[in-house]
Amino acid sequence: MSEPKPEGLGLDRAERNWMLVGLVVLLLFAGAVAIGALGTGFELPGMQMRVDPRTVASEGEFANPGLREIAPGVYEAYLVSRQFAFEPREISVPMGSTVTFYVTSVDVQHGLKIQDTNVNLQVVPGYVSTLTATFDEPGVYPFICSEFCGLGHAGMFGQVLVEGPG
Amino acid sequence: MTVAVAARAYQPTRAEKRFVGWHLVVAISALGLGSLFGPLQALEASGIDLYPYLQPLFKSYYQGLTLHGVLNALVWTTFFITGFITFTVIYGLRRSLSHPWLNRVGFLTMVVGLVATAVPILLDQASILYTFYPPLQASWAFYLGLALVVVGSWIEGWGIFLTLRAWTRENPGVRTPFISLAGAVTMALWQIATLGVAAEILTMLLPWSLGMIDGTDPGLARTYFWFTGHPLVYFWLLPAYISWYGMLPRQVGGKLFSDSLARLAFWLFLLLSVPVGFHHQFVDPNIPAGWKALHASLTYGVAFPSLMTAFTVIASLEHGARRRGGKGLFGWMRALPWGDPSVAAQLLAGILFIFGGIGGIANASYNVNLVLHNTTWVSGHFHLTVATAVTLSFMGITYWLVPYLSGKRLWGRRWALAQAWTWAIGMAVFSNAMHTLGLLGAPRRTPLGEAPYIPEEWGPRLAQVSIGGTILLVSLIIYLVVMLRTALGPKADPTEVPEVPVAESLRSPQLTPAWLDRWIPWLVGAGLLILIAYGPQLVSQIGGARLNAPGFSP
Repeated sequence: MSEPKPEGLGLDRAERNWMLVGLVVLLLFAGAVAIGALGTGFELPGMQMRVDPRTVASEGEFANPGLREIAPGVYEAYLVSRQFAFEPREISVPMGSTVTFYVTSVDVQHGLKIQDTNVNLQVVPGYVSTLTATFDEPGVYPFICSEFCGLGHAGMFGQVLVEGPG
Repeated sequence: MTVAVAARAYQPTRAEKRFVGWHLVVAISALGLGSLFGPLQALEASGIDLYPYLQPLFKSYYQGLTLHGVLNALVWTTFFITGFITFTVIYGLRRSLSHPWLNRVGFLTMVVGLVATAVPILLDQASILYTFYPPLQASWAFYLGLALVVVGSWIEGWGIFLTLRAWTRENPGVRTPFISLAGAVTMALWQIATLGVAAEILTMLLPWSLGMIDGTDPGLARTYFWFTGHPLVYFWLLPAYISWYGMLPRQVGGKLFSDSLARLAFWLFLLLSVPVGFHHQFVDPNIPAGWKALHASLTYGVAFPSLMTAFTVIASLEHGARRRGGKGLFGWMRALPWGDPSVAAQLLAGILFIFGGIGGIANASYNVNLVLHNTTWVSGHFHLTVATAVTLSFMGITYWLVPYLSGKRLWGRRWALAQAWTWAIGMAVFSNAMHTLGLLGAPRRTPLGEAPYIPEEWGPRLAQVSIGGTILLVSLIIYLVVMLRTALGPKADPTEVPEVPVAESLRSPQLTPAWLDRWIPWLVGAGLLILIAYGPQLVSQIGGARLNAPGFSP
């Protein structure tokens, strides 16, 4: 260890090097996230519309939850969550479909996590949460409530059926 | 230099020792009761549901999970920390509290708050978990009690700040001893951090549970909660860091490697802990993506002082180990006093924290978080951090602090060693399985044993959750026995009572730059960062708040 200057930090060389490495690593992480966000079109759920949780299930799109085809292979799915079920519990789309999920709650907070996709939403009463997924592989994709919503929470789930060709 | 030498001779008064001791009594009782429920959740994961046998005392899985979270994450931590920091402040300053009545009022307020919180939980009128997200609604007493615990801890903090101010006036130009400064910084961080949850309870949850307003804005409530929720984890962690930096080096026969960097780390935590809360809300529908990105980058920033800590603490340990004859690039680790349960517990806590830290970086990562949010990965993560890095370190501290305060010998050194190892092993098994299950998509806070959507291939991992929980139960029982037999044992000869391990630093703290001993610049900096990172969003979320979500019971 070299003789420290009074009133300086008295940094050891190894200490200084370690701090530099730490800074570089964290900047690399931040860079990777920025590239992921800007370069690959990755998105997080952002701001959507507000709704009144007391009336949302009786007017507008959520009065009639379910799947809408807005173009060939492009869908919107409106899901209402309540203690302890999603409505609808099942939606079916052909393989290769792109589905934008709009989810809200009429009572407490819920979560919507669709297995094997990037759809993972906090469902907050008074707000509409949304994300888009493309289903390239046929199969059953369970969607489960991922936020504690009450005693029946463990039984709250549904599924996306992705049908193969023919 | 004189400061460090003289510090060994100082003794707090009996009343002060007893005051700190009462904090530990409440803390360890809470840990004891709360931790009993952990294994119940863990066993449920593989379908062994013991809750039916607890009827009618405990009604549901969620009542148990609420007790586990509130008692362990909120009560054990807050009471241990306020007690421990009171001790490090007066012991480091070698000065009594300037307004001891203020600290006593604070402590009593916390106890009253604890009782008010505990009653509705035990009556199953607050089984809404320790995050208490509205519109799930609990009895008003639950919210009032939580608010009182927070206010009580504020009052204890004021007693500590006034003591520090009195000492500074008596000792112009002297650097504040590290363990005292670090303790006071931790309490200051807590005062800033808890403004969020105070606003949440006082402006929404309490009037709502009393029927004075019809509804809440659950989105805004989450923003308030996580304003507190992330710095909360640093409030838990920093007292462990005080021990790792300022005490553990002494326990292994070494010195604090760098007094300057230790202080810098604490100031950086004060600066950066709060403006990062949105990284808990990456998938929330009421925050624009850009603000989430800003908080994500600041979260990487707050990882930096933890990286500094890793270096300084390990360098201090190596210094001690080499003085004890340790050799080799890594071989020196064997020369550490692993036979001392206080040391072993804290070393194991530190080792597991490496994995907790790495997992934390994953949580903070804007995109990776989408895979992890609300999965068992998160619970696995905080069992490595708060339940191991923090809790096992605190247990290690009690292995010298409880004998010191009570004037007893530690009962059962080997049992205490076994406790440290079983805690670390149990937590490693449990957390590893929880992390893996999370990556597979298992939701957290869910009785997975009864969930209908669990694929069969999760079975072995769920079994590991139960095995880990069972090992932890054994470890907990050993801990409680060691603590009880120590506290109830006969008075020991003063030479057998452990000393207070206060590490000297390699160079005199008087050479530490004065800017690392000044409060105002760091407090102003912290305020400015909060204003930048939270100000605009708070204005728009509070301005646009709609209190239209009525309450529901779980």
